[in-house]
Amino acid sequence: MSALAVVRRVRRRARLVSVLLAALAAGVFLLALSVGTATVSLPDVLSTLAGQGSSDTNYIVLDRRLPRALTGLLVGAAFGLSGAILQSLLGNPLASPDVIGISAGAGAAAVTGIVAFGLGGPGVAAAALVGALATAALMYLLAWRDGVTGYRLVLVGIGLAAILLSVISYFMTRSQVTSAQDALVWLTGSLNDSGWDKLVPLAVALVLLLPAVAAAARALDLMGFGDDTASGLGLAVPRARLGLLLCAVALAGTATATAGPIAFVALLSAPIGRRLARDGGPALLPSTLVGAVIVVAADFAAQHTPGLPRVPVGVLTGAIGAPYLLILLARMNRGGHGG
Amino acid sequence: MAVVSTVLAPADVPVRRRTVAWLGGTAVALVGLVMISLLVGSKAIPVPTVVDALVDFDPTINDHLFVREERLPRTLLALLVGAGLGLAGTVMQAVARNPLADPGVLGINAGASLFVVMGITLFGVTALTGYVWFAFGGALVATVLVYGVGALGREGATPVKIALSGAAANAAFVSLTTTVLLSDTDAFEQFRLWQVGSLSGRHLDVLTQVLPFLGAGIVLALASGRLLNTLTLGDDIARGLGQNTAVARIVAGVTVVLLCGAATAAAGPIGFVGLAVPPVARMVAGPDHRVVLPCALLFAPVLVLAADILGRVIAWPAEVQVGIVTAVLGGPVFIALVRRRGRRQ
Repeated sequence: MSALAVVRRVRRRARLVSVLLAALAAGVFLLALSVGTATVSLPDVLSTLAGQGSSDTNYIVLDRRLPRALTGLLVGAAFGLSGAILQSLLGNPLASPDVIGISAGAGAAAVTGIVAFGLGGPGVAAAALVGALATAALMYLLAWRDGVTGYRLVLVGIGLAAILLSVISYFMTRSQVTSAQDALVWLTGSLNDSGWDKLVPLAVALVLLLPAVAAAARALDLMGFGDDTASGLGLAVPRARLGLLLCAVALAGTATATAGPIAFVALLSAPIGRRLARDGGPALLPSTLVGAVIVVAADFAAQHTPGLPRVPVGVLTGAIGAPYLLILLARMNRGGHGG
Repeated sequence: MAVVSTVLAPADVPVRRRTVAWLGGTAVALVGLVMISLLVGSKAIPVPTVVDALVDFDPTINDHLFVREERLPRTLLALLVGAGLGLAGTVMQAVARNPLADPGVLGINAGASLFVVMGITLFGVTALTGYVWFAFGGALVATVLVYGVGALGREGATPVKIALSGAAANAAFVSLTTTVLLSDTDAFEQFRLWQVGSLSGRHLDVLTQVLPFLGAGIVLALASGRLLNTLTLGDDIARGLGQNTAVARIVAGVTVVLLCGAATAAAGPIGFVGLAVPPVARMVAGPDHRVVLPCALLFAPVLVLAADILGRVIAWPAEVQVGIVTAVLGGPVFIALVRRRGRRQ
């Protein structure tokens, strides 16, 4: 087989994976709209979405279930994409907004708001967004020494993350157990108070950010060859890195502000996406879709698993994503593609 | 092996002298901190009484008992836990060849935490000495799982596979722990204080319980410098040099279980030490793990003990847990060191 044919086959596989993942995401999404205390049949769901529902199905599907399912879809996509960008930008499979302090910044601001100032809803969201952006800015400034390297950014990030996690722990041990438990729910990530009011800002942010990422995706591909090669190929590496970093942080920050730092979605989606696509690249689209599937599926399981109390979605994202990644690793390792 | 030692021997003398200076300075600081740790605490005890308690112990005097049974075990435990965490982090970062690898990120602490939570909810364990075995079991299960999944396949446990299976295991354990905690307020109340990482109220019984494991782990870690040197060269070179990489990783795994399990059992999952001390030790010592490991052995206890002392003082007479203070104290220092290194290069 010629090299060109191999490249074509690899690309075809990556495209096919994306299409299948998108279908899976749509399937889980429709399931979440249809199943609940009152089950709406799939044709009814579709006709309601098309604007031809009865007043009952309009209320159940459009008012109650759609905002939650859409929020899950968008938040999951944002986390998945953010993790994929960060992991390939920093060249480290353990990099994610959770590990390098972005989520900790959002969390510290939000928990301080909840426990110390008794904030709720929009106040917490605003605090979280500001916390995430401020942490990222601080991280970039502290890592700056005639430019920024991925390694230094990661190390500064874990230093900041540790300090911010201490702030969270301090409030968690000093507060009443009930408000600490509220804070734990937020820190785990929950879609319980999704609504159109929170969904609109998230959607606007994604409409702005997704084209920006798409435009920068080629730069990410080039940077995969190393900074020197990328500059040699005419890429302004520092500017591209800053731009991509900004996108990743903004994605994670907005998603966190909407639903809390839903655990592990950003960390797990990208390795799963990359292993499914197997094209050797950053696999941005598959990772985005994997993130969306994980969050919607985990939220569905969190609400409808018999015998389980209704837990926040972040409790189950780890339980759904992690075993799958472990199985994937085990299977691919046997085939010799694991590394 | 001879090739490795020539390749990795610190060639230039100035680096060596600087390392020795660092080690000496740290040792002196450690002795000073031990003295301060015996003198300072929520209970104000005059200096002569503390000295008497150590050299001329009288079990009928309350203050003597307090120094002997509270402060001394606590200080020793801070030293041991610090050493254990610092060494465990160094070993893990070398094996995973990743500066983000540590007992926290790779799921070992999460495994220990999950088992402790199950001990609290399923078996009603309340005593610190009861947590120990659960923490150990969890650390062991986590390590076996992470290594087991990472090692499947022809090429064995590569750093990327270990990192990913660790991250996935961590996610799974944390999910399960949170599920339990959210449905059980009493367990959450008990667990949130343990989870932060604290040395207060640890008496001689906890110390004697974990001492054999930490001791064995520390000896094993210090002896594995050569193994780690070969592993960091990459699997192909290591194999070419005649190193059985699987055996080397299993030795490292046993070391990590002993150190993390015992340290977490004694003080709860203290996060920052295992992550931050190894890079600092490598900055001071260079790439040779036979030098890096002793550096980590001395640096980490300084951080933990200083944090514990500070935690006793800042909110006096209340205490702030050592796990909280460690990062607040060590974080800025760590960032400053990372920045300094950046300028020099």
